[in-house]
Amino acid sequence: MMTPTDDTLSATGHILIDHLRVRFGSKAAAVEAVSDVSMEVKPGEFVSIIGPSGCGKSTLLNVVAGFVQPSEGTVSMDGKPTDKPSADRGMVFQQYSLFPWLSVRKNVEFGLKQKGLDANHREEAARTLLGLAGLLAFENHYPDQLSGGMKQRVGIVRALATSPQVLLMDEPFGALDAQTRVVMQQILTNMWQRFRISVLFITHDIDESIFLSDRVYVMTARPGRIKAEIPILLPRPRTPDMASSPEYLGIKQQLRDLITEESLKAMGGELKDSGLAGFDIEVGPKGVAELV
Amino acid sequence: MRSATSLNIVTDPAADAAEGPNLALAPKPGVPPQASLAPAQSAEVPARRVAAWLRSALPKLLMTTLSLGLFIAFWYFATKYKLDFYIRFNNIPSPGEVWENAAYLAQSDKFYNNMYVSLRRILIGFGIATVLGVALGLLIGQYRLARGLLFPLFETLRPIPAIAWVPMAIMLWPTNETSIVFITFLGSFFPILLNTIHGVNSVDPVLLRAARCLGTSEFGLLRQVVLPASLPHIFTGLAIGMGVAWVSLIAAEMISGQFGIGYFTWEAYSLIEYADIAIGMIVIGVLGLLCSGGIRILGTMLMPWMAGSQHGGQK
Repeated sequence: MMTPTDDTLSATGHILIDHLRVRFGSKAAAVEAVSDVSMEVKPGEFVSIIGPSGCGKSTLLNVVAGFVQPSEGTVSMDGKPTDKPSADRGMVFQQYSLFPWLSVRKNVEFGLKQKGLDANHREEAARTLLGLAGLLAFENHYPDQLSGGMKQRVGIVRALATSPQVLLMDEPFGALDAQTRVVMQQILTNMWQRFRISVLFITHDIDESIFLSDRVYVMTARPGRIKAEIPILLPRPRTPDMASSPEYLGIKQQLRDLITEESLKAMGGELKDSGLAGFDIEVGPKGVAELV
Repeated sequence: MRSATSLNIVTDPAADAAEGPNLALAPKPGVPPQASLAPAQSAEVPARRVAAWLRSALPKLLMTTLSLGLFIAFWYFATKYKLDFYIRFNNIPSPGEVWENAAYLAQSDKFYNNMYVSLRRILIGFGIATVLGVALGLLIGQYRLARGLLFPLFETLRPIPAIAWVPMAIMLWPTNETSIVFITFLGSFFPILLNTIHGVNSVDPVLLRAARCLGTSEFGLLRQVVLPASLPHIFTGLAIGMGVAWVSLIAAEMISGQFGIGYFTWEAYSLIEYADIAIGMIVIGVLGLLCSGGIRILGTMLMPWMAGSQHGGQK
């Protein structure tokens, strides 16, 4: 949890999203992906956005990253509009995005090279960070020689190397198996606490959002709107056994209800009409399993 | 045992699930537990490896010898008995004659000069084609303006075989030498250009987005992401381009050359030095093979990351 002294340490990385709308396509056939979203990530805060598939949460993140321009409203970081990508907003993607032709260390050095840092300093910084992530032994490996979890760890380290004010993460652990994902969440929490930067994290995994976040925004089905804002007041450091505590279960139930409602809406009214909702069966966009 | 499991994780992409425990054991900063990996590998007995290699390579070697041996035997008997069954071996030189002439030519500076001239034409023509083909390919692939301006022109010129340019090239260029180099260039330019464009178009967009997030400038993107990401396709283009370069060169030399191995081969026909025709053909084949091998070696040197993936996944 944030303490007052922390605020002075990390007063940057304040993301403010104000009445954001994003429409794709030309006027007549325009599709609204994000509809009137206002939210913020305070300096040093870990915020997750959770919602059904196709609800526009990735679009929202892409606006913050600077890849997509707002149709209406503003998105700013520390008062400046996020109109193009920049190294002060590090990004971790769901797909593996390491440069296959660069070794692990050179991948981490990539952003520092763009900043014009000389080779010695780059190497030193990269090795320090890789050491923190337990990857130093693999510094000379190529990405194709790593497992999926390792690749994503390198991806996080690479995004952190340029000392960004905020880390934008688009379902970074979505492609990993459950066991690896839990370990990755712990590593991410450690890195976040050490670097004291803001994180905006997209996920569709309820447990993941509770375990990691200070606050969780729930988005509605398309067009994406903010449906609820849930503070996660569980103490840190968080441990896997908290998952059985009453507070945790309460939050989880609350989030699950909110998302189930949206998922059903996303699939159309027919399901509800046919009486499926009455059987206490949870149906998500990817079937029953997703929400359990 | 420990090093064995970590080795597994490194080389086996499917070993994701095994990663959990490994992480838990792991890595305090600066203490790489996998440091024992290298010695474990080199500990294998080299003699046993050589024996294993021989056992697997021997049948292949025998079959190669048999295949070539049968061909030469047929050649020998066909020329000895002057076979004439629609295909006529009356004037064809025997392997022995070819061998004799080759031994004689091996002493001749003129012959080496012909080889040198051909190789120089290939290097210059192919070299210019590589530089222009890759540079224009990157621009056309990456920028809409370059594509709009250049692509229609290239698409119009591309179907014209390089050899069809010979008369025009002779008029166009001041010397015979430059026109032959031009033909060689044309032959290799289009395969290199098209494969580079294809390479640029197949760059994973997430890599471009990642690079932009890391603060890469527009030019930096081209040089540091698009170029290396396209290298595998570029080298496909270079390999094809090298083949077509030789085809074009030999044709151009036969038509308008004064020196060169293609000219040598055609001249041998005019001078009724039939054995020399076979020698010219063999030398052209060998030189072409060496050039393609050079491209392959350059490729492995410039793309060390491809070595692992080829062994692992592709085949």
